[in-house]
Amino acid sequence: MIREFLRSRIAAGGLALLALVVLVALFAPWISPQNPYDLAKLDLLDARLPPGTAGAAHFTYLLGTDGQGRDMLSAIFYGLRVSLTVGVASGLIALALGGLLGVTAAYAGGRAEQLLMRVVDIQLGFPAILVALILIAVLGKGVDKIIIALVCVQWAYYARTARSAAIVERNKEYIDAARSLGFSHTRIVLRHLLPNAMPPLIVVGTVQVAHAIALEATLSFLGLGLPATEPSLGLLIANGYEYLLSGRYWISVYPGLALLATILSINLVGDQLRDQLNPRLAR
Amino acid sequence: MTLFVLRRLAQTLLVLFVTSALVFGGLYLVGDPVEILVNPQADQEERARTAEALGLDRPAVEQYGLFLKGMLAGDLGKSFVYGRPALEVILERLPATLELAFLAMLLSVAAGIPLGLYAGLYPDRKSSKAIMAGSILGFSLPTFWVGLLLILVFAVQLGWLPSTGRGPTETYFGIPISILSLEGLKYALLPSLNLALFKLSLIIRLTRAQAREQVLLDYIRFARAKGLPRSRVIGVHLLKNIMIPLVTVIGLELGSVIAYAIVTESIFAWPGMGKLVIDSMFQLDRPVVVAYLLVVVLMFILINLTVDILYAALDPRVRLDGTRA
Repeated sequence: MIREFLRSRIAAGGLALLALVVLVALFAPWISPQNPYDLAKLDLLDARLPPGTAGAAHFTYLLGTDGQGRDMLSAIFYGLRVSLTVGVASGLIALALGGLLGVTAAYAGGRAEQLLMRVVDIQLGFPAILVALILIAVLGKGVDKIIIALVCVQWAYYARTARSAAIVERNKEYIDAARSLGFSHTRIVLRHLLPNAMPPLIVVGTVQVAHAIALEATLSFLGLGLPATEPSLGLLIANGYEYLLSGRYWISVYPGLALLATILSINLVGDQLRDQLNPRLAR
Repeated sequence: MTLFVLRRLAQTLLVLFVTSALVFGGLYLVGDPVEILVNPQADQEERARTAEALGLDRPAVEQYGLFLKGMLAGDLGKSFVYGRPALEVILERLPATLELAFLAMLLSVAAGIPLGLYAGLYPDRKSSKAIMAGSILGFSLPTFWVGLLLILVFAVQLGWLPSTGRGPTETYFGIPISILSLEGLKYALLPSLNLALFKLSLIIRLTRAQAREQVLLDYIRFARAKGLPRSRVIGVHLLKNIMIPLVTVIGLELGSVIAYAIVTESIFAWPGMGKLVIDSMFQLDRPVVVAYLLVVVLMFILINLTVDILYAALDPRVRLDGTRA
């Protein structure tokens, strides 16, 4: 499986890029030249410097500085951390919630299953940004609110996937065996059905995390996402917007590249995983 | 069929009701529009007068009741900012959003289907791989960032196209339209390109996947064995079968283009519904936000319904109670 994955050079490249992104996000405080949110370290005289300028501090601004004299490279490292955290956290919660609901619905069958799938169908009929917009309008701003909104947007995808995987499993003999052994419903759902529905859920999960990161960035860009105290990549891009028209491209362009690298690498990995698990594409 | 449509309409009403309650309830709790509207030096009395004029002094339940009553009569309240009916303010901006969405769909279909077909028919060619790599990139590029890049390159650096705003409009059948003149098209090109990018990638990938699966099927082999020219096998037999899922997706995506116009309109300062709703959210113009969400939700449900019916008309195997014969 791993060897097959790495045989595709594009997928291997995606995986390497993803590993780099995750490492940078994890170790941001140690590898950044500057703590971008320690106001004492910022020098307003260094504001809006183009990339490669040596600053008053003892290092070179490789990617330039923003309107407050903040080193863009450090800001991007920290922003990456925020974006990834929000994306992965919301993805995991949605996976747990949606996966559990989907599997339980498939196991229970009948009315409960129909009702849940109806709700899923209706919600998936609307684009993610609209659902998110409604929720943000209702909930307000903040990290927790954004995560709640992203979970509400995503759970339906997981629920649908988990149900269709569990429907196949629920009639298999090992489930009958578990039942005749007198295991509780909870145990059968959690220990037998859910683990066997995991592979398709993981594939959906990779795509959804990429979506969540993009959606959060979009909302932050519109000013509806994370507060300015925890700037994600989307907010960094938004901050650069006003400087763009005067040709100071770097404040918006570089955080965008970091965002692109993140989403692209996740998509590449997810794409390969999906092809590998799709029996319809015979190789 | 009639039963299906009736059931869906009942569902529509339910969804609209839930959305309105959710949004109205939420917005009532979030902010105080009076704070935004009156001048900060205003005294208590003036605040109270403003609140009374807007009906904000009554209990929330009563406000919602009045709102529901109005909704049934097609009255979604008055905008706090514009002082005019919210529905009117929204519908005024509708043509701008629709023309942008239309142009974006046109761009993505006209380019996406041929490219996807090519990539699906010749999957091993270098050019096909380039198309697919491009489509993954199109999927991964954050729309708003691409919008900024388009402005940076074509408006700031090259100076070919205007960066923001909508061109001059001409009125056709009472609707102001800008994209029918060259000047107006210049303004619309960048935003519609921005909006089309994601859909283009989606259509390419979908067409390719369909083409790859369909060319292996017996009917294609049979058509070839009959000695039909390749152009006919692809242009008629294959395309017809690919179109069935594509029509569904294109229909559904039309709705999503309207929703994602929120982002594009905000970047390009395009005076459509999307920019209006974002502005209104910041100004706490509650009636406009609620009216926008209800209008868009209603539009969506109607689009979904139309697509379902169209799907059944295109593919005789589909029955509307959800089973495939």
